[in-house]
Amino acid sequence: MINEHLPALQVVVPLLAAPICFMIFNNRLSWLFATLVSWLSFAMAILLVMEVRDGTVLHYEFGGWAPPWGIEYKVDILNSYVLLIVTAIAAAVFPYSWKSIQKEIPKSHHRIYLTAMLLCLAGLLGMTITGDAFNLFVLLEISSLSSYTLISLGRDRRALTASFQYLIMGTIGATFILIGIGLLYALTGTLNMADLASRIPALEGSRTLQAAFAFLILGFGLKLAMFPLHLWLPNAYAYAPSAVSAFIGATATKVAIYALLRFLYTIFGSSFSFDYMQVQWLLMPLAIASILFASMVAIFQDGIKRLLAYSSVAQIGYILLGISLVNVTGLTASLLHMFNHALMKGGLFLALGAIAYRVGSTQVKSIAGIGQAMPYTMAAFVVGALSLIGVPLTVGFISKWYLILATLEKGYWPLTVLIIISSLMAVVYTWRIIETAYFQERPAGAAPVTEAPMSLLIPTWIVIFANLYFGINSSLSTDLASRAAIILSGGSLL
Amino acid sequence: MMTLELYNYWVVIFLMMAGFYMLIASNHLIRKIIGLNIFQTSVFMLYISLGKVAGGTAPIAAEGIDTYSNPLPHVLILTAIVVGISTTSLALALVIRIKESYDTVNEDEILEIDRIADEEGSSA
Repeated sequence: MINEHLPALQVVVPLLAAPICFMIFNNRLSWLFATLVSWLSFAMAILLVMEVRDGTVLHYEFGGWAPPWGIEYKVDILNSYVLLIVTAIAAAVFPYSWKSIQKEIPKSHHRIYLTAMLLCLAGLLGMTITGDAFNLFVLLEISSLSSYTLISLGRDRRALTASFQYLIMGTIGATFILIGIGLLYALTGTLNMADLASRIPALEGSRTLQAAFAFLILGFGLKLAMFPLHLWLPNAYAYAPSAVSAFIGATATKVAIYALLRFLYTIFGSSFSFDYMQVQWLLMPLAIASILFASMVAIFQDGIKRLLAYSSVAQIGYILLGISLVNVTGLTASLLHMFNHALMKGGLFLALGAIAYRVGSTQVKSIAGIGQAMPYTMAAFVVGALSLIGVPLTVGFISKWYLILATLEKGYWPLTVLIIISSLMAVVYTWRIIETAYFQERPAGAAPVTEAPMSLLIPTWIVIFANLYFGINSSLSTDLASRAAIILSGGSLL
Repeated sequence: MMTLELYNYWVVIFLMMAGFYMLIASNHLIRKIIGLNIFQTSVFMLYISLGKVAGGTAPIAAEGIDTYSNPLPHVLILTAIVVGISTTSLALALVIRIKESYDTVNEDEILEIDRIADEEGSSA
């Protein structure tokens, strides 16, 4: 009975929990409630993955209105896979939040933080699960508005300007998406994704359809921080509270990439997107530029959060590169990297939050010599960094391996070289942090540091452990990613 | 004559470009928000234009009328207007807090203040 309503509950539970969370007048109870909701969402995502893993597609008609009139939620392998990523990170970040926000957010704002986090979670999950193009826009705005609020909660006053800048850029992106969806509606008279997909092939060659395509690509490009539309991202991640950086850094861009894939493959169809519009020749140079440029900039950053943010832009470049190769291996690599990058960046930002909790700053120079004082936190950071570089036995290796296979399959060996060079650049920028933490002396007169509290360490290590687990036994993630890639490219699982 | 008949779309494009220009060219945060609003409003007009059916009346069932305008885009745009209002109010709230902590709402001045703070921070 409950199972039948899972697709709706996945979104409705965090959405309804958000105002309830605000009405609970005790900060600690409110946090316990929010944590419980995040675990419940994770459990629901696991149940959904188990139900659709063999290729079945779940349909849920809201209010019993049959599509295309009513709003339909539709769960397939790709959806459920993204739901799993988002809820898994949420389930780690919520328990972590309590200690972390004690130092970073004033007490009076704790419930605002929790409410905004739940709204952001609901928006991201809704964007992933919905089968209706306009509904996607609305949920995108719910998640975006709550993330602007979350970023503005940062301690530094620059969080305010970062949030404002993100708001402007994000709203332009969302408005472009709205224009694109409007043009599609004008052409086809429907907003249901499956319905759109069945009507678009007959319209190939229509100028309006091309304009809609361009608006949608640009809009999602802004939301997912595609180079050179990434300018909002470094400041937003750098000045947000640590727990927010971990959550948004690991999930928000992934969901935008999912939405892009949904439009490219399911709605427009691969023959329109890649054969007719040739979008891969737009994505590929931008992906290459973002990998090289962002890795280069990351090397010269003084703030660790900013450094990780630029590295995120580079990692998004890998994901776009995989998409632009237009083969099943490339798509699998992209999907895998969505999962793996969420784990590595989530883990790194969580470890960094633990450092910020004790040291009070996330500048590279301020962590000098903390390797001995905070052994478990720094060890977690090192494992996360290794995963970011792509060392074997970590998840980073798995997705880079698939990406390299995909470039070789296409015969684009210069891209293979590019991936290896950029991995070396990742060695350079992560080494600076590790070197400072382990091999430099703690400056004279600096306050002594102790190990981070357990409530920060445990969630961090769970995510870091997942980096190792899925790096050694990658059957779950590769299986889901390759099945989703086959279905997206129009193949069948048999 | 085609061009004149589609005058509402010309209005949409003009407003869109005017808002977008204001958004990019202005350094004043409030003006940026106004630009953003004009930009969003142009899209609302685009949707509302889409819903108009030639010769159709308001979509209310009545005797003797059988051509109605399409109400769906109008309903959609009601949602988008709500989204626009939330975005504007959030942006204004941010501007108030920026004004409180920087004592200015000019983007160049804010960048300058941040730059000076950075230099003092690194020399100290």
